[in-house]
Amino acid sequence: MTKSELIARIAAANPHLYHRDVERIVTTIFDEITTALARGDRVELRGFGAFSVKERDARLGRNPRTGEAVNVSAKYVPFFKTGKELREKLNTDG
Amino acid sequence: MSETTITRAHLSEAVYQEVGLSRNESAELLESVLNEISEALADGETVKLSSFGSFSVRQKGQRIGRNPKTGEQVPILPRRVLVFRPSHVLKLRINQNRHPGDTD
Repeated sequence: MTKSELIARIAAANPHLYHRDVERIVTTIFDEITTALARGDRVELRGFGAFSVKERDARLGRNPRTGEAVNVSAKYVPFFKTGKELREKLNTDG
Repeated sequence: MSETTITRAHLSEAVYQEVGLSRNESAELLESVLNEISEALADGETVKLSSFGSFSVRQKGQRIGRNPKTGEQVPILPRRVLVFRPSHVLKLRINQNRHPGDTD
């Protein structure tokens, strides 16, 4: 399912809404999560999961093509931990 | 680092501010978005949200685990797990304004 398919499914379930409003709703949700993570905040959606930011130390990496050593600086990476309900759902419906 | 936890309330408030719907309906729509994603994943679909990331379901085989407290061997049954792969854009955004080691 892509973002536009997600929008189409929500729009189909809510015929009273304009398609472009559904688009704005979906965009707003993920923009809001992105902005929160960019601030270093955590986003907790009980039952679904939690997004957080983890720190990765600087390390010496390697260009896989040339084998050349390259410095990879410390950075932040987004992390998602699946919520309990969703985790259970994945293992019951299937 | 001053860390705040964002919840459903914050997200539905953002939806309320952005679109001219009631607070109640904004909260319901947030819930339907999360539900549609969950349903798709439970059906084994991969969910790709451009410029955010993708969620996919991976099948894990059975393996032997150990109870860390007692050291006892216990089988870990085959199960399905969710994997989130952040998009390039999301990774960039997260490193745009802050850098590890900086003091806030």
